[in-house]
Amino acid sequence: MSGYSITEPSPRQKWIAGVLVIGYALVTLMPLLWILATGFKSSSDAIAYPPKVTFDLTLEGYVNLFTTQTRQTPEYLAEHPPQTWYEEIVRDKGMVIAGPSRFGERFLNSTIIGFGSTFLSVFLGTLAAYAFSRFRVPIKDDLLFFILSTRMMPPIAVAIPIFLMFRSVGLSDTHTGMILLYTAVNLSLSVWLLKGFIDEIPREYEEAALIDGYTRFQAFYKVVLPQAATGIASTAIFCLIFAWNEYAFAVLLTSGTAQTAPPFIPTIIGVGGQDWPAVAAGATIFLVPVMVFTILLRRHLLRGITFGAVRK
Amino acid sequence: MSNTAMDRVAEATPPKVARRIRGLSDRVIAWIFVAPTIALLLAINIFPLLWTVWLSFTNYRANRPNLPVQWIGLRNYERILSDADIWATMQATAHFLFWTLFFQVVLGFALAWLINRKFKGNDLWTTIIVLPMMLSPAVVGNFWTFLYQPQIGLFNYGIAFLTGVDPTSFSMIGDVALAPWSIVIVDTWMWTPFVMLICLAGLRSIPDYIYEAAECDRASNWRQFWTITVPMVLPFLMLAVLFRGIENFKMFDLVVQLTGGGPGSITELTSINLKREAFEKWRTGYSSAYAIILFVTVFGLASIYVKALNKVKDR
Repeated sequence: MSGYSITEPSPRQKWIAGVLVIGYALVTLMPLLWILATGFKSSSDAIAYPPKVTFDLTLEGYVNLFTTQTRQTPEYLAEHPPQTWYEEIVRDKGMVIAGPSRFGERFLNSTIIGFGSTFLSVFLGTLAAYAFSRFRVPIKDDLLFFILSTRMMPPIAVAIPIFLMFRSVGLSDTHTGMILLYTAVNLSLSVWLLKGFIDEIPREYEEAALIDGYTRFQAFYKVVLPQAATGIASTAIFCLIFAWNEYAFAVLLTSGTAQTAPPFIPTIIGVGGQDWPAVAAGATIFLVPVMVFTILLRRHLLRGITFGAVRK
Repeated sequence: MSNTAMDRVAEATPPKVARRIRGLSDRVIAWIFVAPTIALLLAINIFPLLWTVWLSFTNYRANRPNLPVQWIGLRNYERILSDADIWATMQATAHFLFWTLFFQVVLGFALAWLINRKFKGNDLWTTIIVLPMMLSPAVVGNFWTFLYQPQIGLFNYGIAFLTGVDPTSFSMIGDVALAPWSIVIVDTWMWTPFVMLICLAGLRSIPDYIYEAAECDRASNWRQFWTITVPMVLPFLMLAVLFRGIENFKMFDLVVQLTGGGPGSITELTSINLKREAFEKWRTGYSSAYAIILFVTVFGLASIYVKALNKVKDR
């Protein structure tokens, strides 16, 4: 934009708009900042009234999150002095560390299932999207709509038969089962998004490659894929975020070995009710990667959340 | 005449043969590329769906696999449609749907309009506002129960600070009158940015010259807003409502963590109710019929809505 335009808002308008938007942003950020802060509070500071904005930083919440603890007699405590900084934190409450908690495992499960299903759905999605974009596939529109419509089912409704199916083939509470399920759910997103991205790559490039003697597959591999790299990357991040955040299937179909973090974090309890600093610590560790990805992804955000329906 | 190698090759190959080889291989590749996707969706979506349809006509119970399965026809459907509890959960869902959509549309549009004033740093603040939408609803919903605690919760403290009421005098989650609003508030907090982003795309798609022309015709700002801005953004807004409508009709994770459907069954949305029937009472046949009814409802409403949306778009 250059020069004077009558549609440019006046400085006063801009100022008022800025104040209102920033005000809303600060309010909307409060719960997230509160999660971050609570993670570094002691359990008494976390439930203080009035809510404490300034407090002594402690890693108690994080230590509680990663360990299980048992109460010990004063004699035992006197005989065995704490060896590490995290043991010292626990000692103040008269406890000793008994071992690691389940959080590490659950977090690892989230990572394995998240990345596994993302890889599969992007891989299959890229192939299907390329075919839908470039070839005349019979009943193409019906297939595409069918792929999209799989997202309209409430997850609980899908979970009933999936539960029975997984039970009969031995996939309940396994990583493989969850990876396959999340792949199937994410395919609708990845096919639709990637078709949009591939549609934008001019056909002339491939046609030139085909004329140069490339086979169709080589043209796809050496010409289209590099061009679609940004689109594939952002699709992957969307799939990853979905699998990472998913709760309904996870809570119904996993309980032990393959349980992911979202059903686990709310069950973190301490002595007498939820251990809020530990919950907040878990939530922080779990949410921060998504926030980083969101910031990286901001240019493609709109496209991703609308299945490619709105492009800027 | 023919000076490149390409042209020579093209001349040397009989056109019919060339077309056949290329056509055949493309077709095979197309099928190889599409087949795995379709196969996986058939296995994990269509087959289960058909199974659900079959189960919905039986009295099967998943916790007693050895019990003989009886075909009971439409009895499950009759029972569901005449069940007063299910109508109550439908009402709870309707309340939730209506008010979340209402607040998200109003706030989302207003924010988009303000951001489109292009003040300095609007990009940064847009990204900050968007954050809640991308986070895990279960984890965030769980933490909101902490913010909603009567004495120590930040939300109650904030309300008390602004209005002067005693922060211990009300409990957003425990109170029958407030609980439906507690879930509306958190959902609005999470998803207003979604509507905002889509509206912003709509606002940015309006070319400046339309406003310039209106300015020349001396149309007032008010009039420009209602005759240019609103109609041009409307298709975008309707799309946002479609997405949010479908998502909130399926709503499960956030609300289950926030209120668990309580107190009583005041905030028991259909998905939560369905989960109870299917995975706590283990009435598998009955809940399959319930699931089919929900699916048909979403699908039907969405199709009607999309028709309306297309009409608005074509106008």
